[in-house]
Amino acid sequence: MESRSISLRDGMFKAHMLQGGSGDPLLFLHGTDGLREGAYLDQLAEHFTVYAPWHPGFGPSEGDEHIDDIIDLALYYHDLMDALGLESAHVVGHSMGGMLAAELAALCSHRVRRLVLANSVGLWRDDDPVLDFFTLAPKQLAPYEWHDPESEAMQEAYPTPEGGEAMAEMMFERMRALASATKYLWPIPDRGLKRRIHRITSPTLIVWGESDRLVPPSYAEDFRSRIRDAQVVILPECGHMPMFEKRDDFVALVTEFLTKQS
Amino acid sequence: MKVHFFHLMPYRFLPDDFREKYRSVWVDVPSELFDPVKGHQLYNENLDELEYADALGFDGICVNEHHQNAYGLMPSPNLMAAALARRTKNAAIVVLGNSIALYNPPTRVAEELAMLDCLSGGRLVAGFPVGTSMDTNFCYGAVPATLREKYQEAHDLIMQSWTRPEVFSFNGKYTQLRYVNVWPRPIQQPHPPIWIPGGGSIETWEWVTRMDYMYCYLSYFGHQRGLATMNGYWEEVDRLGKEPNPYRAGFLQFIAVSETDAQAERDYAEHAEYFYNRCLHVGAGFADAPGYRTMRTVKAGFRTQFRNPTGGAFSGELKWKDFVENGYILAGSPESVRQQLEEAAKALRVGHMMVLLQFGSMPPELVRKNTELFAREVLPHVRGLWSEYEDHWWIKPLPQEDRVEPQPATPTGVPAGGSS
Repeated sequence: MESRSISLRDGMFKAHMLQGGSGDPLLFLHGTDGLREGAYLDQLAEHFTVYAPWHPGFGPSEGDEHIDDIIDLALYYHDLMDALGLESAHVVGHSMGGMLAAELAALCSHRVRRLVLANSVGLWRDDDPVLDFFTLAPKQLAPYEWHDPESEAMQEAYPTPEGGEAMAEMMFERMRALASATKYLWPIPDRGLKRRIHRITSPTLIVWGESDRLVPPSYAEDFRSRIRDAQVVILPECGHMPMFEKRDDFVALVTEFLTKQS
Repeated sequence: MKVHFFHLMPYRFLPDDFREKYRSVWVDVPSELFDPVKGHQLYNENLDELEYADALGFDGICVNEHHQNAYGLMPSPNLMAAALARRTKNAAIVVLGNSIALYNPPTRVAEELAMLDCLSGGRLVAGFPVGTSMDTNFCYGAVPATLREKYQEAHDLIMQSWTRPEVFSFNGKYTQLRYVNVWPRPIQQPHPPIWIPGGGSIETWEWVTRMDYMYCYLSYFGHQRGLATMNGYWEEVDRLGKEPNPYRAGFLQFIAVSETDAQAERDYAEHAEYFYNRCLHVGAGFADAPGYRTMRTVKAGFRTQFRNPTGGAFSGELKWKDFVENGYILAGSPESVRQQLEEAAKALRVGHMMVLLQFGSMPPELVRKNTELFAREVLPHVRGLWSEYEDHWWIKPLPQEDRVEPQPATPTGVPAGGSS
């Protein structure tokens, strides 16, 4: 994967992304703590042209002061697709990125060829609420996020920084990312997607780790029942981060779904 | 120097095992710990204490705003100020609440404060804190990323609503009003003094200085730990070329006066421990929502005072010795407190000293003792400080002859009516 930066709207935004591979375009939208780089991106790039941007206000991307809410962010991604020359693409969204992918598709479904929502936020159940992860430090969060918090997958997703300065920088980046995420998720991660989700016509795959205690798997059925053409796959022994904790299964599922002839 | 009596109105009856049994004094503190009958007692005691401070000649009496909090029973400081306006005569009524980003529309705050200024005869000081992360983000659901922008907009609306004589439209991002026309209007023109309690953002220093407002730091950890914050502010005042007038700064300091240093410990230690070990038992996750502090503030290393310096939640089991040695509390004989207070005021360069003479579980008799000793033995000795400066951040009340006194509600002897 290669790094790439694009300036949007006369410099209001700097969109930084990883890009690689060949084949149909695939836009990967990350969750609340920024793009977690990993082998899953390389594996997807064996089949697709992968674009994995950081949202504005996350990592090296800039311009989140010009974005107020999730609709602004979805429209920003339409601008980015225009700039990349993508009339349409497959869109894979994880966690908060799933909420964003669903909004993107609800606003303009024909630009989303096929949609994958992985452990997605965006809906709300009083009887099974999304964890208030904003209050938890990484160590406290791990048991909710991972089926096995001691696994190598966790190390791949969150490599331990070497040295105090790198650690401080990582904590700062995490805080900055979560701060940006509050625009879309605070205090309750429901910004009205339920009023728009019926507009999604793209064939949709909903993937969920069975052990996800951050966004419980009960939400998979909520998404499925609201999207016209949707199917659910629950991954056993997997938490909130299927692209790390069940990487091969995740990549195979997604690849198979996206390459299906409709 | 002006000296003000500050009250937090803590709930005094948290159980001894509070720290062990519950995760936070704030946000999700269990409602079953609050006894409304004790609430009746506390509100009346606390108002008595504030009224007593007026009678003893304190320059101001201060109330503030907290939500879902067992050490601050004032979700609405304006209600307390209204009660005080009727039963006090001279003291400024310093309302250091009204976290203006939380009120929709913010003109409600402009209206209520104008009411208070009229009611009190122009004795109101209007404080506009952003509010803590617990109050704003967790209890009132304000989005951390936009809280400060919303605050700025609310500030602009309130100030315009007080100072523009015409009916006007306000097309804000967070508030849209077609007809802004606040009735009543404040007595103090163009508006009551504006005090800004700060601590969460270093950008506030620049803004307050440019606006020529008064900046205050409501520290629970005394003058030694407050020094870095106040120095940061004074550097900004200097950088912007403003007069380093001490009256543009305020500070909150805990004080415990007794006959002797040893007696002070006997009188106040358990109540101080109650405050630091129970009242400041704030759940770690609630202390500082991501985005509450600006990224510049985070980089500069300024933390909320609700976390300890190593980054965890404030965690105590602190003892009297810690409070006194670190200056959290200025304690001891009148002579000792006098000296400590003067040193602190000079080091911080503070013209408005807010003193907390009731803290933690301190009962009314002891509050009275502390207040009286302070008013008699300390206050007269520190008043002269900064006399060479003019206070531009002070109330302009009506002259005494123009004030109206509350009349007794006793029967006047007029027959109740009917036949004779």
